[in-house]
Amino acid sequence: MKELAHKLRTSQVSSVELVQHYLDRIRAVDSDIRAFLYVDEDGAIAEAKASDERRRRGEPLSPWDGIPIAIKDNICTVGTPTTCASRMLENYYSPFEAEVITRIKQAGMPILGKTNMDEFAMGSSTEFSAFYITRNPHDLTRVPGGSSGGSAAAVAAGEAPWALGTDTGGSIRQPGAFCGVVGLKPTYGRVSRWGLVALASSLDQIGPMARTVADAEILFSIIAGHDNRDSTSWPNAAYRVMDAVPDNLKGISVGVPEEFFAEGLDPEVACSVRQAIKMLENLGAEVKPISLPHNIYSIDTYLTLVTAEASSNLARYDGVRYGLRVEAPDCTTMFKKTRTKGFGPEVKRRIMLGTYVLTASHHEAFYEQARRVRTLIAQDLEQAFSSVDVVVTPTTPTTAFRIGEKQDPLQMYLSDSYTAIANLAGNPALTMPCGIDRKGLPIGLQLIADHFREDLIFTVGRVLEQSLREVEAGGEL
Amino acid sequence: MGNYELTIGLEIHVELATKSKMFCGCATTFGAPPNTQCCPICLGLPGTLPLLNRTAVEYGIRAGLALNCRINPVSEFARKNYYYPDLPKAYQITQHDKPLAENGFLEYFLDGQLTKTTITRLHLEEEVGKSIHSGDSIIGSEYSSIDYNRAGIPLIEIVTAPEIASPKQARVFLEQLRLTLQYLGVSDCKMENGSLRCDANVSVRDIEGNPGEKVEIKNLNSFRALERALAYEGERQAVLLSQGKQVLRETRTWDEKAQKTVRMRLKAEAPDYRYFPEPDLPPLELEQVWIHEIASSLPELPLAREERFQKAYGLSEYDAGVLVRAPHLADVFEETVALGHSPKLTANWVLGDFARLARQGEVVSAQHFGELLELVSSGQINNNQGKAVLEEMFATGASPREIVQKKGLTIIQDLGFLKTVIQEALNEHSELVERYRSGEDRLLGFFVGQVMRRTGGRAEPVLVNKLLAEALQPGRNWEPHKE
Repeated sequence: MKELAHKLRTSQVSSVELVQHYLDRIRAVDSDIRAFLYVDEDGAIAEAKASDERRRRGEPLSPWDGIPIAIKDNICTVGTPTTCASRMLENYYSPFEAEVITRIKQAGMPILGKTNMDEFAMGSSTEFSAFYITRNPHDLTRVPGGSSGGSAAAVAAGEAPWALGTDTGGSIRQPGAFCGVVGLKPTYGRVSRWGLVALASSLDQIGPMARTVADAEILFSIIAGHDNRDSTSWPNAAYRVMDAVPDNLKGISVGVPEEFFAEGLDPEVACSVRQAIKMLENLGAEVKPISLPHNIYSIDTYLTLVTAEASSNLARYDGVRYGLRVEAPDCTTMFKKTRTKGFGPEVKRRIMLGTYVLTASHHEAFYEQARRVRTLIAQDLEQAFSSVDVVVTPTTPTTAFRIGEKQDPLQMYLSDSYTAIANLAGNPALTMPCGIDRKGLPIGLQLIADHFREDLIFTVGRVLEQSLREVEAGGEL
Repeated sequence: MGNYELTIGLEIHVELATKSKMFCGCATTFGAPPNTQCCPICLGLPGTLPLLNRTAVEYGIRAGLALNCRINPVSEFARKNYYYPDLPKAYQITQHDKPLAENGFLEYFLDGQLTKTTITRLHLEEEVGKSIHSGDSIIGSEYSSIDYNRAGIPLIEIVTAPEIASPKQARVFLEQLRLTLQYLGVSDCKMENGSLRCDANVSVRDIEGNPGEKVEIKNLNSFRALERALAYEGERQAVLLSQGKQVLRETRTWDEKAQKTVRMRLKAEAPDYRYFPEPDLPPLELEQVWIHEIASSLPELPLAREERFQKAYGLSEYDAGVLVRAPHLADVFEETVALGHSPKLTANWVLGDFARLARQGEVVSAQHFGELLELVSSGQINNNQGKAVLEEMFATGASPREIVQKKGLTIIQDLGFLKTVIQEALNEHSELVERYRSGEDRLLGFFVGQVMRRTGGRAEPVLVNKLLAEALQPGRNWEPHKE
């Protein structure tokens, strides 16, 4: 991205040319991949023209002025729809924009369009979009992961240089891993949730998706920062990109939780991640075994909390004020018909589960219990970061699965086995490609750090990325 | 009620008088055109987040402190989930497990006895919108409209212990609570506008103390409705029990037209609100310094003021009570007394014509009011003139001296002039003078009237009486005084 910025600065390329390039690419490949729900050609070109004009005047808004971006469709934008890939909001236009969109615009970046996702961010394959499925650019018979599958696929297919996704239990990192792109779930409170259509408010974060760790860091620095409209936003949330990173990792300690390499992990994924860990060691990092004993409960805990919060957050879609309404002779029937028609199967499943775990008679056994386990899981990580700088794990148990392969919702939920921990504990976590399996599918490695230590993640990530690239170029480890 | 005792607990909702709503910047003006005071936040649009209004918290703390509650250093917002068209997010942000304030009490005089009622808790929550049905209720109406202006206005909910023993006590408690909140300036507490609302839990127990089932009564929109509904409901339950029947645990509503309570729903049909902590708002942590600051800024409360009026000014229990219940009158009273006027005279005037005139709205300043008392007590104008002047003061806002001057209202005390007028009157009615002198004492009033008429009511009455009595003395040969 620094290269692109340089070309824009030195007028080797204009923003209009750049945007046109991505629009052409979208036109060429998106009929197969279907990463976008809405492409805003006119809007993007207009913004690009304005950017070029600013550069001509020598007044770019930022070094990234004119570099376009794709936005997941659960982030509110003005002038383009915000559908959350749901029939419920099929024609919904938000009257206000998300804080991250304001920041993107303040950096001068044209918005290419809105990307596909699992309906209301519920899912791990983008198969639960109410409109159409998105395909994995590495293998069109496979899913791109989810719920930010559209953003991941768009970046992987070269339809956008980078994108915003959202992550509640792994929704940036899992599709990032499946599509071979980098994605960061920031520390809870580092990026404003103002204008993010809520799935589970205590877990949701918006994050960057990009082709390299360095690009993800740049995009992160653009969107991170305090916003007083979000009461869970952190006062010192701003992030500054590190100018340079060292060429080794001496003095950095890396924790490897053995629980993440147990049953259920694809051997090829395990092998690739272990090779990367070996590489970290060769780069001078101290690798230590650690234990995160409560992670085995993270999916149960996550599902209990995410469904509980979602059942409440999605209750407002009742047909009264906006969105879909199915007319009926009385109000209660209108609610029922609207919600029956407006929501897809996974959304309904989670609303019912969430309603159940919050009912007075089950509240203690499920919801309160999950809150307690959440604390234990967070304590595991806190304990880990008293002795290591970053934790390294596989991002997902497997590489991308086939479209239609996972019919059992429980199997689908296991996609988040390694990622939900960071949402439950609020820690930052990044996925980056660390290899490919025999089917040619990308394998993702996850780096987790202590709260607000994205800098450590980016340091380790950038050094590792450099090293992996050299190996790829040299053809050997 | 016979062999049964009534147990009443109240739940009171009070709209706080903040300028903006609880979680957004929208105005809270009562009576604005429908849906003109709303924004994406109070309409619950996707992607919005609540932002807590500090003044609402401050008002809640003020109320909690005035009700002698413990203010929790950490309280927590929660979501109360239910579907209703006037509830934009389909959940209400309220407080559940950890309320703002707990364990307080309110004292008040009940039949002259100082009485205390426990305040179990006080918590913050947001208002819902207002449904306007084309028919009597949502059921059977052809259509309903919703006004979201009210949605998101801050509320406090105050819950008493179930220890109120009579409908009258409930009313007196609620009156004292309203007065206390008005003194605090946290709410206008207008039941007719819905800024003060009350629900009641009622049960009866038999003489052996066996507790009965609790029935909740809603829609108590006035003090009268509260008292009547409680009386009706106590009687209804007592009759059921005396017939060997069961009281069902249920929610009833007060039907103002029929003057009775009717069933809304049985306990088993009550919704499960699925409370859980509001994830969009961190726990509400309060600094002790702030709480102390608020505590030290609390005004004198009605009960303390009532006691002080009796002790410091020697007012009767009745006068003190009436004044304190009308803070605008009590304020004028105190300010006027502070200017050096007699408490008794001031109280008489304030509670008399002043109170009547102040009902129309405007209040005159203590400065002007004091001037008036001065004119009256020094005898420069008489009582009746004083009343007329006060009326004029309310009407025009002019000072009493201006009014007196303009209308030429000063009293005539000039002996010479009065004697002349008296002589004229006596000369004109010499026959009557004779009758008086032969013993018809009651004719004195006639002569007084004659003098007053000739002086336009401005003659000093005591003086006139004295001079007339002298002039009418039998045998006295009246000679006009010559200067």
